[in-house]
Amino acid sequence: MAMAIPRPRSNRWLLWLVVAAVVVLGALALQVDDWGQLWKISSAPDNIPIVAMIPLVIFFTWLGLRQSKANDRLVRDLEGDPALAKTHHRKTQPWRPGWARELHVWPYLVRIEFLSAIIVTVILFVWSILLNAPLEEPANPNLTMNPSKAPWYFLGLQEMLVYFDPWIAGVVMPSLLLVGLMVFPYVDSNPLGNGYYTWRQRRFAVSMFLWGFFMWIILIIIGTFIRGPGWMWFWPGQTWDHNRVVFDRNRDLHEIVAGWGLPFLNLYPWKAIFGALVVGAVFVTGALFFHWLMLRRRLEWADVKSFGRLKGWATKNGEFEEKLLARTSILQYVTFQFFAIAVLWLFPVKLLLRLLFTIKYIWVTPWFNV
Amino acid sequence: MEPERPEGDGDGQLVPQGRGAGLVARARAQGVALKERAEAEAKTYKDPQQTQLWKSIFRVSHDRSDPRNRSLAILSNVFLHLHPAKVNRDATRYNFTWGMGGITFYLFIVLTFTGILLMFYYHPTKVQAFRDILYLEHDVPFGKLLRNMHRWAAHLMIITTWLHMFRVVLTGSYKRPREFNWCVGVVLLVLTLLLSFTGYLLPDDQLGFWAVTVGTNMARSTPMLGSEGPFGPQLGMTPFNDVRFGLLGGSIVDSNALLRSYIWHCIGIPVVASLFMAVHFWRIRKDGGISGPAPVMLESEMKAVRK
Repeated sequence: MAMAIPRPRSNRWLLWLVVAAVVVLGALALQVDDWGQLWKISSAPDNIPIVAMIPLVIFFTWLGLRQSKANDRLVRDLEGDPALAKTHHRKTQPWRPGWARELHVWPYLVRIEFLSAIIVTVILFVWSILLNAPLEEPANPNLTMNPSKAPWYFLGLQEMLVYFDPWIAGVVMPSLLLVGLMVFPYVDSNPLGNGYYTWRQRRFAVSMFLWGFFMWIILIIIGTFIRGPGWMWFWPGQTWDHNRVVFDRNRDLHEIVAGWGLPFLNLYPWKAIFGALVVGAVFVTGALFFHWLMLRRRLEWADVKSFGRLKGWATKNGEFEEKLLARTSILQYVTFQFFAIAVLWLFPVKLLLRLLFTIKYIWVTPWFNV
Repeated sequence: MEPERPEGDGDGQLVPQGRGAGLVARARAQGVALKERAEAEAKTYKDPQQTQLWKSIFRVSHDRSDPRNRSLAILSNVFLHLHPAKVNRDATRYNFTWGMGGITFYLFIVLTFTGILLMFYYHPTKVQAFRDILYLEHDVPFGKLLRNMHRWAAHLMIITTWLHMFRVVLTGSYKRPREFNWCVGVVLLVLTLLLSFTGYLLPDDQLGFWAVTVGTNMARSTPMLGSEGPFGPQLGMTPFNDVRFGLLGGSIVDSNALLRSYIWHCIGIPVVASLFMAVHFWRIRKDGGISGPAPVMLESEMKAVRK
């Protein structure tokens, strides 16, 4: 029986990763003026969960991707060896003929559950003994907390208020997010990767989810560690100055463009028409981008090294990816595009416009502003 | 019944004379017999698993670990019967599921337990709520630990819910036939967040008050249903009849908001969440149990799309 020959694995990248991390963290540490402020934010009892969540997310991402890599290697071996594909070698977990494929839940699963329950209980007890739940002064409507922050898991929503009007940030966006999550299984037409970790067979679907998931966590991190009094931007380690005044000229996009010799854009209905066109253009570019992205084949290291190959990668559609697209119904495709653009594309575009170019609205109408 | 014996039957003992004689002998004999019976019976109690009481509670014997009994241990137990009798051997590896779904459910149980205990010490009124927390922290035995555990279990539950969702995506476990269960899971995620949020107000301190003020202010801007949302005023929405008023039971975060928060937190949402959890767990079984680790499928084995 042909066995897969294990490839020699180099761990040098790990060393480089550590060096890079040390350099980046060292450079960041040099920028910190006020360690006390940083400590005050990160050690606030209610912020401990988000501080704990960052390494947890990194760890579980690594754990998932590591298993994906193992499965991907197996898939590659099986595809290269049809004889092997007919044997029982379909999992990375060890199995030998004669071993039962199923185990009794009692005791093999129940004991694990019992053990996890005990471990979680111990963690909770230790955590609860070491750290007290916060209790501020009694509620006082006459004394506004500054900054007044929601619990950390809602800071993503609160941070969105910076970029959108409340009805979009507080109502429309969360609804789109949730409905988008719910339609996720219905628009993913790829039958591969059902019940096992894989990156190779589901690169687009997994990366779309990771994009959304990480975006959400980054928003929470911004809301927790960066937003200070007046919801102003304070870099980690910068002292929270309650008297700070920021002279941001938050302008609308049409005002800027009107300044380029098109003064009629400051008047209705041109203002609204211009905004609608820009939003339409954002949707179209988003659609084109996602369409392009879903048809990309795997980017090899060799592609990056030569411009010709990179061009080939960017312009020629992947075979497998085209097959997947052919399986996708028009309804699935349109639904996916709508949610992807509205949540995963429009939002980062708006964030960058606001943070880098201090642009407030891109579409102004008498009834609503986007 | 023993036959009546003649008086003084010559065994040398001083046998009581008279009418009582037969009675005493009978009683003694009966006593001995009873003692023997009790001893024999007591021997059977040395194995409690053979008692009627035990059997009535546990229904099947747990003293043998043959396959049939191992299966019955799961199938005949109300708490365990959601499990199948057997699972994929690789599914018991921690690596695959990370145990996050189960831990989330366990945290829900912890929260219910600590929450019920907290309810004994808490009045959802503006006069008492904050004092009750102080009382819990300083006077109630283990009150501080109780409150801390409730708080941190809630935060942990949000983290584990997210990680559970993350794992389900990475393993493609939302795929056919589990699409609907994924949707149920999304609803449970929302309910978890809402449970946490409604609990935030209950200590009635500045932290909760302003968090809920910020949170519910967003509701003002709900399209059509909020007094400051698009088309809201046109539809007759004011701060006194819009969706925020309904959430708070008033136009400001005050005593009604505290009571509403309390009822949603302790009764409303837990009941709804329990229903969704029942469906969630039931669907795991009906959809074929845990999704994997499944044998990998190859690109060449993709079937033509079903039209």
